[in-house]
Amino acid sequence: MSVATTTAREVTRAISSGRSKDKNVGSLVFLGALWFSLFFGVMVLLVLIVDTAVKGAPRFDSELLTNYGSIVRPESTGFRAGILGSLWLMLFTALFAVPLGIAAALYLEEFADKERWWNRLIEVNLQNLAAVPAIVYGLLAVAVMALMGFNTTGIVLGGAIALALLILPVIIITTREAVRAVPQDIRQGSLALGATVWQTTWRQTLPSAIPGIATGTILGLSRAIGEAAPLVVVGLAGSVLFDPTGVMSEITALPMQIYSLTSNSQEDLRTAASAAIIVLLIMILGLNALAIFIRNKFQKTW
Amino acid sequence: MSSHPATASTRVNADGREISMMTGASAESERELPAVPPEPVMEALKLNVYYGDFHAVHDVNLSFGKHEITALIGPSGCGKSTVLRCLNRMNDLVSGARVEGEVTYHGQNIYGRNVDPIAVRTQIGMVFQKPNPFPKSIYDNIAYGPRVTGMKVDNMDDLVEEALQGAALWDEVKDKLKQSAYGLSGGQQQRLCIARTIATKPDVILMDEPCSALDPIATSRIEDLMLQMRDDYTIIIVTHNMQQAARVSDRTAFFTARPDETTGNRTGLLVEFDQTSHIFANPTDKRTEDYISGRFG
Repeated sequence: MSVATTTAREVTRAISSGRSKDKNVGSLVFLGALWFSLFFGVMVLLVLIVDTAVKGAPRFDSELLTNYGSIVRPESTGFRAGILGSLWLMLFTALFAVPLGIAAALYLEEFADKERWWNRLIEVNLQNLAAVPAIVYGLLAVAVMALMGFNTTGIVLGGAIALALLILPVIIITTREAVRAVPQDIRQGSLALGATVWQTTWRQTLPSAIPGIATGTILGLSRAIGEAAPLVVVGLAGSVLFDPTGVMSEITALPMQIYSLTSNSQEDLRTAASAAIIVLLIMILGLNALAIFIRNKFQKTW
Repeated sequence: MSSHPATASTRVNADGREISMMTGASAESERELPAVPPEPVMEALKLNVYYGDFHAVHDVNLSFGKHEITALIGPSGCGKSTVLRCLNRMNDLVSGARVEGEVTYHGQNIYGRNVDPIAVRTQIGMVFQKPNPFPKSIYDNIAYGPRVTGMKVDNMDDLVEEALQGAALWDEVKDKLKQSAYGLSGGQQQRLCIARTIATKPDVILMDEPCSALDPIATSRIEDLMLQMRDDYTIIIVTHNMQQAARVSDRTAFFTARPDETTGNRTGLLVEFDQTSHIFANPTDKRTEDYISGRFG
């Protein structure tokens, strides 16, 4: 018998032992543990949502969206001021955070000399900023407002500054990733034609990175819309009885209203708060869905 | 490829259709070449390149003749691409890169104090190894260069047509100028990149292994294009393909890498620079002969 045949037989014997090493007890237990962890996380979330929805069910009506808050008529209290306030906050948060965030990210990716110590310092700080508790940004916003000489608290400007500071690191980090994903070939091709670095960034890199930037921005905003802590610090009221009219108008925000009503002694108000939580969740899910849509629709493959 | 591209008058293209090839190359073998480039457009004088502490290229002296094709060949890591990138200051973009010596363009040192690298790159265009069209329409790819450099253009449509004609691409794309350049084949994309470079009306075109990502048919089309373009431009090409250098170039520079005794870092140096026919028929240097005959590299 030739050597080759003998070897082939030995190989056949080795691979057809009849048992898969992937299916021993250890791996099955581990797989089970993974499934349990997943199940646990999803179940807690599901129970919370269902519980809230059931509690809020009696108040799923149009008055919930169109009425102002009322303690006198708790059965028809509404969150008009909070919803409008949150929308105004989002608008101004985006106006402050998006240009700043994109500019900072472009500087770091396209212009900064990474050998310089100050640029490395900015890098490290940026990573840390993303981990700073939200309430600290609230305090920062209060300080900024005081420095700028504003005496009134609880206005759109203050809240927007706090939320913009909060999501700035998120926007910077996602924009940098989007910019980094644009191939170096494109930049080189542009520069080799005699374009300046500025033209290359503005006409090639940035347009190619926009889907990624939009996704990051929306995810940042969806985080900001659910925040209450920094808004408490900048002095937003739990309830106001008028629509916001400008950047200086006093407002409340949906999370603030929910926060002030969940601990209320009146049953009807707590029910309304549960319904408002569902409204807030729908807003956040809507933003996230938009982000996923943009990512899938406009994502470039190079 | 066994057949010389210039000898074939027709060839089947990627779609299976017969296409006529430019036969301007037939005169190439009889082309009279002076021993040294008579009116050099560009010269490298004692060019040394460093990346940080790493000495990448040592004392390169070259001169590139007007309307000639010069090929830079040699094994990997011999610094030929580095030299090419020095010729239009693309090496400036690599952090830590430092250039010593001179590179002159019509007698002026492009590393001089008052020289704007942006202006250098409008005169000395570059085509890259991998086709890198912009994620825009074919039309906008061509129009980009003239737009960003602020070129005075009377009629952009004419300029786009002229550039695409110059890169032998017009007939294939004239009906889809508004479509994305990403819909083109690899060879078409590379010719688009050449057209894009032509559109800014450069004097010199640098090509960094322009065919290494292409199939043989696309490669021979680009080679024909180069021979055709030689009448209007000075072309400097880096190639790994010795047959390609033999087919298209008028002069060839052979580089090799010399390891440092202490650090083991490989420094590129120029071994031999001569007319292509001499380099391939009877090279003076033993190292060139070994490389050409396939005994090394």
